[in-house]
Amino acid sequence: MPVTAMREDRGFIEVNAQECKGCGLCVEACVQKVLHLSAHLNHYGYHPAEYDGRGCNGCGLCFYACPEPGALKIFKAVA
Amino acid sequence: MPELKVTHQKAECLYDSYERKGELTHQTHYCPGCGHGITMKLLAETIDELGIRDRVIMVSPVGCSVFLYYYFDTGNVQVAHGRAPAVATGLKRARPDSIVISYQGDGDLAAIGSAEILHAANRGELITCIFANNAIYGMTGGQMAPTTLLGKKTTTTPFGRDKIKDGYPLHISEVMSSLDAPVFVERVALGNTKQILAAKKAIRKAVESQVKGLGFSLVEVLSPCPTIWKQDPVEAQRFVREVMADIYPLGNKRDRTADAEPHPAPAPEPALSELPAILKLPKEPAPADAAPPNPREVDYRIKIAGFGGQGVLLLGQLLAEAGMDDGLAVSWLPSYGPEMRSGTSNCHVRLNNRPVDSPVVTRSNILIALNEPSLQKFVSLAEPGSLVLYNGDSIPAEFRREDLTMHALPFFELADEVGTAKAGNVVVLGALLEVTGLLPDETVDRAMARVVKGEKWLEIDRKALSRGKQAMAASLGKEAACHV
Repeated sequence: MPVTAMREDRGFIEVNAQECKGCGLCVEACVQKVLHLSAHLNHYGYHPAEYDGRGCNGCGLCFYACPEPGALKIFKAVA
Repeated sequence: MPELKVTHQKAECLYDSYERKGELTHQTHYCPGCGHGITMKLLAETIDELGIRDRVIMVSPVGCSVFLYYYFDTGNVQVAHGRAPAVATGLKRARPDSIVISYQGDGDLAAIGSAEILHAANRGELITCIFANNAIYGMTGGQMAPTTLLGKKTTTTPFGRDKIKDGYPLHISEVMSSLDAPVFVERVALGNTKQILAAKKAIRKAVESQVKGLGFSLVEVLSPCPTIWKQDPVEAQRFVREVMADIYPLGNKRDRTADAEPHPAPAPEPALSELPAILKLPKEPAPADAAPPNPREVDYRIKIAGFGGQGVLLLGQLLAEAGMDDGLAVSWLPSYGPEMRSGTSNCHVRLNNRPVDSPVVTRSNILIALNEPSLQKFVSLAEPGSLVLYNGDSIPAEFRREDLTMHALPFFELADEVGTAKAGNVVVLGALLEVTGLLPDETVDRAMARVVKGEKWLEIDRKALSRGKQAMAASLGKEAACHV
């Protein structure tokens, strides 16, 4: 888990690029605007969501917006 | 650097991989942006949170919701189109400790399944229905559903849904909340994350109300279908929020969870040993009394047909009972239905020295036709060389077959001579025994004494039986004489 990249961030998003269907609802839902659709295609021909790498506060809204049960995993800072 | 922990991930009650096809075992079958995946996720989270996974039985119907059993690692039953609430009723009643959740779309619940949901809700069944409403038949390619919005173009309303021709969008939650029994009914939407989080709360409350045993609960989820709506996922989400929610007002329609009394626990099932007494069955004969297996090679496939009221079914029952007493394996398959109202009636009887494989008699080797329509219907299915008994003075010429042994006798007139035409079926039995000797007389008499109710009738039937034997013997003698 690349936790070291976090610095001051309070959260982190792990996208399963092979599970993502590129619908973009997480990008729409993200208040911090730290998600985007990748320029690359995944195995199934979708542009999967990608975390910008910083700025996530771990709110989890993208998780609820995402229709794939296992495409996103959200981490949040402990207290 | 802050320490991070996982706060949101795939629910535990969902399988790690989905065994649907060889490929894509980690993806759902839903299209990108489909609301089903979100609803499923909310439901799965609720099941995890309440710790009820081992008790849950998901009931999935027909539509895009059909594949829940590939995703939910819980109990699963997949049912016929629209019937989820009916099956859920049975599951819950048979297993009161389980948490039964039906998950249906609008083409399923609001159309073909409208009767099932209405009555399950009205009975206040202790089940939870998750109703995904995307106002269209998605899986079949976009036909109009009862929930389709006015003016919406679909494959079956190419000029748009017209209120005069096609009616109005059906408001299921409002219909449900007009009933007395439901304890929790709410309409939620997946139009943005705020709405999604509200949907989560409603789903949790609905399932909780079942866990507490309070009563029927339903959550209607306004859900996007980007593919069939021909919108991109973000647009479809906006459509749910701004257009659908306007036609289908969101919010709670019924919440009696605070003051509803839990349903009383169902009475325990009676022990198997108590059933004969409850059903008032006579005591089973001790094993010593049971007839020993019959060593004869026997395979009688008997079809009995006539008008309703001629005693067709009773005749079959007498044969089966007597056969059983004779140590044969028997089956008796009556045909019920509209024929019970003075139409035609028939039953299939099998007598065999080996276990009977099927109670259905397709090709008979004994056909008993008590009227002409029955002879007409079944004579062509009689096996070559087999026996036909017909109620009449003679076999109608058009139904004669050279390869059959056919006897005609006016059974009901003969019965009338012994007291009542009602005993005509037993006259037939007498004639049948005479011509075939298929069962010993005393066995038949014993079975008759058991099956026929009342001394008076038994006496008449005994007379009828011997009248039948006598008449057949006379007829056989005459025929023999003719042949000579």
